[in-house]
Amino acid sequence: MELDSVAKGTNVLDCLECGKCTSNCPVSRFDRTFSPRSTISTFLEASAEDLMRDDRLWRCLTCGMCSVRCPVDVRYSEFTRRLRILATRDGREPTCSHGGALQSLMKIMTAPALQQNRMEWVRGDLKVAERGEVLYFVGCLPYFDAFFSNLGIDTLGIARSAVKLLNKMNITPVLLKNERCCGHDLYWTGSVEHVKQLATHNVQAIREAGAKMVVFTCAECYRTFKLDYPVLVGPLGFEVAHLSEYLAPQLDALGQLQVPAKRVVTYQDPCRLGRHLGVYDAPRVVLRALQGLELREMTKHGETAVCCGTSAWMSCDRHSKAIQTARLTSARSVGADLMVTSCPKCYIHFTCAMKSQDFPEEAKIEVRDLSTVVAEGV
Amino acid sequence: MSEPQQFQPKIVAFACNWCSYAGADNAGVNRIQYSPQFRIIKTMCSGRVSPAHILKAFELGADGVLVSGCHFGDCHYLFGNYRAVEQFEKAKRLVRLLGLEEERLRLEWVSAAEGVRWAKLINEFVDQITRLGPSPLSRNGRK
Repeated sequence: MELDSVAKGTNVLDCLECGKCTSNCPVSRFDRTFSPRSTISTFLEASAEDLMRDDRLWRCLTCGMCSVRCPVDVRYSEFTRRLRILATRDGREPTCSHGGALQSLMKIMTAPALQQNRMEWVRGDLKVAERGEVLYFVGCLPYFDAFFSNLGIDTLGIARSAVKLLNKMNITPVLLKNERCCGHDLYWTGSVEHVKQLATHNVQAIREAGAKMVVFTCAECYRTFKLDYPVLVGPLGFEVAHLSEYLAPQLDALGQLQVPAKRVVTYQDPCRLGRHLGVYDAPRVVLRALQGLELREMTKHGETAVCCGTSAWMSCDRHSKAIQTARLTSARSVGADLMVTSCPKCYIHFTCAMKSQDFPEEAKIEVRDLSTVVAEGV
Repeated sequence: MSEPQQFQPKIVAFACNWCSYAGADNAGVNRIQYSPQFRIIKTMCSGRVSPAHILKAFELGADGVLVSGCHFGDCHYLFGNYRAVEQFEKAKRLVRLLGLEEERLRLEWVSAAEGVRWAKLINEFVDQITRLGPSPLSRNGRK
């Protein structure tokens, strides 16, 4: 019975077994044992129990690349997510990076009595409010900063840049003192109950703050709020937008945009912002508005952009490194000296990959978030 | 009339195999009395205790977490305790962000011969956590 609910709405029963998904998949390019086509084939042979015992279930990046070429529109990412719900219920667990610390943080944030201490990064001339129409959803940037700053990763720089840009537009954004994780990673690893708790808390807090528009710098948070929260908790009662979407129509409000030094940049489409939500133009409009910035596209960009190689803090292995190395090599090959992206996770994963001792020097490139690049140019 | 239920803190103590766990053993062998409100998790080295273990303990309802290993210069693995400090500092930053009191997390060095010190440390820590009250993540704190 539950297997029917996995298949329903994902079109897996329509699968033609043509193999276009597997040939497109960034994981199967480096991991020949992983194949979306054969996964569906196994499922259709009524061997789903085998699938749930197989650790390859957790290797899928859910980046949606397989669906780009699928002739019958199988929603493979959603199919994988639903299998993971069943697997989790059955006690299965993915191989989490960092020992599962990030997963623990997310689950800890479901505790109702928790009173977080996450506002210390607001300093200097940044102006924020407790109530207002525009809210900036910070996400887990403070936690990423605590975790990854020893790698030279500055996620709080993203948060400060976002507030700075909004202030420049004469907006004093609301920040939630006790904001919880959006639950994206738990959602994609089968822990739906936890996500529901997080969603309930966040939506209630945002409503109480009187916000009509919520702005995100994280593509994953944005996707989760836009697509998953309405399913989990009903209509939101407020609008959501990625920072790039919020900026693009009103760049005049930022005044003259000029980067400190001429740079050749390339843009990495996060899969959550791109293939999951169809946002490709807004970040590019913002980047092109920066004087002194030359935007060059990688061969595979937009709908065909390759994922950053790791998803939901799990299955980070040599295949992930291979994907990351290939992607960064792509960025270098167009002559760019900077890769800009719109998702803190992409920024973290690429930067972390380059810290590896055996990472090839010729593939190294600076990676930054869009918000910090734009904030530097105002 | 029964007394109102006293708060009994749940404490997780990570103790390294060579020094701290042996120190706890020493306390037992010498019949030293001390508070029972803790569970020892033996690790080969205090450097092995990562933020993941500490956060997992809190996630599952621990009111306090203690990490204990060899004194500097005495580490069985030479530099494991320096690694322990790095991991501990990272965990401390995360715990602070979560809004938990910093006193709920503690790092100490206890050698194999320091049974008395181990007992005193545990008593101190239990008293401290008792004063702080239940963690907001524990079953008590969630109600």
